[in-house]
Amino acid sequence: MSGIHVSTTINGDQIDYVCEPEETMLDVLRDRLGMTGAKEGCSTGDCGACSITVDGRLTCSCLMLGAEAGGHEIGTVEGVAQGNELHPVQQKILDHAALQCGVCTPGIVVAAKALLEKNPDPTETEVRYWLAGNLCRCTGYDKIIRAVMDAAQELRSA
Amino acid sequence: MAGNQEFDADRAQDFRVVGTRPARPDGMDKVTGKARFGADMNMPGQLIGKILRSPHPHARIKSIDASEALAMPGVKAVVTAEDFNADAKDRDVLTNIMARDKALYEGHAVAAVAATSRIKAQQALKRIKVNYEILPHVTDVDAAMQPDAPILHDDMFTQGLDEKPAKPSNINARHEFGHGDVEKGFAQADIVIERDFKTAATHQGYIEPHACVANVGADGMSELWVCTQGHFHVRSQCASLLGMDVSRLRVTASEIGGGFGGKTTVFIEPVALALSRKAGRPVKLVMTREEVFKASGPTASSSMRVKIGVKKDGTITAGEASLNYQGGAFPGAPADFGAMSAFACYDLENVKAVAFDVVTNRPKGAAYRAPGAPMSVFAVESVVDELAKEIGMDPFDLRLKNAARDGSKSSYGPKFGKIGLVACLEAAKAHPHYAAPLGPNQGRGVASGFWFNFGGETCSNLNVNEDGTITLAVGTPDIGGSRASMCIMVAEELEVPYERVRAIVADTSALGFNDTTEGSRVTFSSGMALIKAARKAKEEMCKRAAMMWDIPAEAVYWAEGAAHPSGPNAGDFEPMTIEEIAGSAAKTGGPIAGHHEYNADGAGVSFGTHIVDTEVDPETGYVKILRYTVVQDAGKAIHPDYVEGQFQGGAVQGIGWALNEEYIYGEDGRLQNATFLDYRLPVASDLPMIDTVIVEVPNPGHPYGVRGVGETGIVPPLAALANSVSAAAGVRLTDLPMSPPKVLKAIGATKLAAE
Ligand code: FES
Ligand code: FES
Repeated sequence: MSGIHVSTTINGDQIDYVCEPEETMLDVLRDRLGMTGAKEGCSTGDCGACSITVDGRLTCSCLMLGAEAGGHEIGTVEGVAQGNELHPVQQKILDHAALQCGVCTPGIVVAAKALLEKNPDPTETEVRYWLAGNLCRCTGYDKIIRAVMDAAQELRSA
Repeated sequence: MAGNQEFDADRAQDFRVVGTRPARPDGMDKVTGKARFGADMNMPGQLIGKILRSPHPHARIKSIDASEALAMPGVKAVVTAEDFNADAKDRDVLTNIMARDKALYEGHAVAAVAATSRIKAQQALKRIKVNYEILPHVTDVDAAMQPDAPILHDDMFTQGLDEKPAKPSNINARHEFGHGDVEKGFAQADIVIERDFKTAATHQGYIEPHACVANVGADGMSELWVCTQGHFHVRSQCASLLGMDVSRLRVTASEIGGGFGGKTTVFIEPVALALSRKAGRPVKLVMTREEVFKASGPTASSSMRVKIGVKKDGTITAGEASLNYQGGAFPGAPADFGAMSAFACYDLENVKAVAFDVVTNRPKGAAYRAPGAPMSVFAVESVVDELAKEIGMDPFDLRLKNAARDGSKSSYGPKFGKIGLVACLEAAKAHPHYAAPLGPNQGRGVASGFWFNFGGETCSNLNVNEDGTITLAVGTPDIGGSRASMCIMVAEELEVPYERVRAIVADTSALGFNDTTEGSRVTFSSGMALIKAARKAKEEMCKRAAMMWDIPAEAVYWAEGAAHPSGPNAGDFEPMTIEEIAGSAAKTGGPIAGHHEYNADGAGVSFGTHIVDTEVDPETGYVKILRYTVVQDAGKAIHPDYVEGQFQGGAVQGIGWALNEEYIYGEDGRLQNATFLDYRLPVASDLPMIDTVIVEVPNPGHPYGVRGVGETGIVPPLAALANSVSAAAGVRLTDLPMSPPKVLKAIGATKLAAE
């Protein structure tokens, strides 16, 4: 086994790391870089807890190899808030109590932010289909959907 | 179920903080990704553990040879059953965490490895040679009860029979509850309906797989970081399984990514400890999703028969249920709870529920939200629905006519105290949802449900800090916002702002024993402990103020977060605030604290009623949920957002159980759908908003009237959905999940019959 050297950008910071060819981006983030915001709920692309963006595009980091990140812009939940300033999606999730255990929350934050960047005025149905790849077992989604709609509204009026 | 009379009705008139919806203290970390869950922890020098699991549903383990694995570079330890305490208290758990003579299900742990990386550990698993003698297996509950079924345990002789059976079987126990004479009751009925029902095994489906990091020192001093609903229980179990003193093991509960009952026992934790003990280094062990499905604790599948008799005027004359539940390879299917809950919503003269706890070659079941109740209530509420149609009565009216009320003798024995079933039924009936129009291929279903709720051993601490802020140490992991509720109750009691109180989940070395976060007990039990701790602290603070004023302590009272002299006779003093009292504590006797430890009694039962509208596509059998309403008694909602969240989450888990979710076994006894792709949890696009109505019938056993709310919400949906889909499809569905092929088949069968 020989390590692969990767040079990439994560949340705007230039980062270098060495990983094994079989390591996923999620493994790299969590085990090599100590960025444990993305969670492994399944490792098969079915739960969305590991959501990141790659050049702005929503991606399951468990389905991407760490070696593929070179030259791309990676965005993770750790980069969503600007310092202590929460993104409206994060603030609205808190305001609407749209989390119980909170393990799905980082993935929802990343996915919802990606949605609102593409579609600032989604219908409830659009939000539901966009988030269909993010499993939440605790909330029944009701409060999550409300939080995302509310965040969209706030972003539009900002 | 009578606890002490704790409820203070006057107090409840003017709550200031209780019933508000402040942000939860752990929220910020959770939306920013900083919160540390089970797998987010690493210890210096840690190894990675991996578990070798049986590929066979039933096999004798003739030998295990790990020499090749141990010789691989980077491999530091291998453990098998021999590395655990053969005299452990709980033999079933001992045998479940690591197979001893036989592998009893596909996925049963057989050996484990610790190595310097995950990849090395995985490679080492392949080099462990296990010699199996394959045995015949059984995974279906009815098949397992047959006299010629393969036997899992040679020493299992059915308990609860009049005589000990001559031969071992897979039936661990028979349970019976009820009163009156059901035969007499059926004879009085105008209409009797009897039906068979089936439900599939489902999984709690928490998004966070089990994870832990263990560190056993050479001197035996040990620590364990773990996602669990009950770290004290983990400590007792692990200490016993490893043969160590409880005091040597310090367990810290991480943030927990869902549990729903599935994280109330141990699976990988003792294995990580055993590996660490052997390797002399910390060991991290994390389950994959496939392991979660195959080797954690799903719920029981069931096969049931229910018979209910009714008079034309709607009086139910008798109810009878026979329930077979399989709970995996060891005793403990929640058949008894199923039998106790089946008819709990009804005040019946004649009722009988018999239940069998059956073992099969499946993973050992664990609790799942109101364990055992959703299935039996599905069967009973389906028959009640059919009876209502038969006699032409509104389903709510039939339920109201026979509803359990204050003082009713419950179907499982004790008399109910103050309960909220009638209030729920009336609120549901009056809800606009119930009057909304329905279109073609659409149907409406209603059903009620019940859960006991639990109190349990509880120990909580409250410290008044030197600046007058408050820190709470709670021993029950926070699984859905309970730290916020704890802070609310203490802020209410001490009359200080919510922001001045912080709650943390303390590790096992900081508090006395606490029962697990289960049985919907936390807001009730830990909450009551903290209210009492706050009362002690208040009393102490009044004393301190009295000391400084040099007046008798009885002449001081607490209000608005300050000590006040009780009147002009007591003395003319400005109120002394909590900040002032705390700041001068050094001069008046030192730190100010309150604590309370008890075995909580008086957890009030909680009833709920659900309404659901569905539309069935006659071409595909697909069921679309159009509208859903949950009405449930919370006693008193401390933080209504999280009460609603429990209602909504419970309902949606029930929807999954009713429509999609099921453990599918092949002829080979292997689980065929151990991924989230094939075991389909409800996703956002499957659902409408879930409307909620919080009914508040105060629980006399809690100072603020709290009843647990976590579990009841999963009880009615199976039946509500079945009633709704049956109405929409025009045919009674009795087999869960109501997946499209099953619905289509049922529609097809009625069409054929009609032709
Ligand atoms: S862990 Fe990547 S989708 Fe589940
Ligand atoms: S809040 Fe627990 S999984 Fe979403």
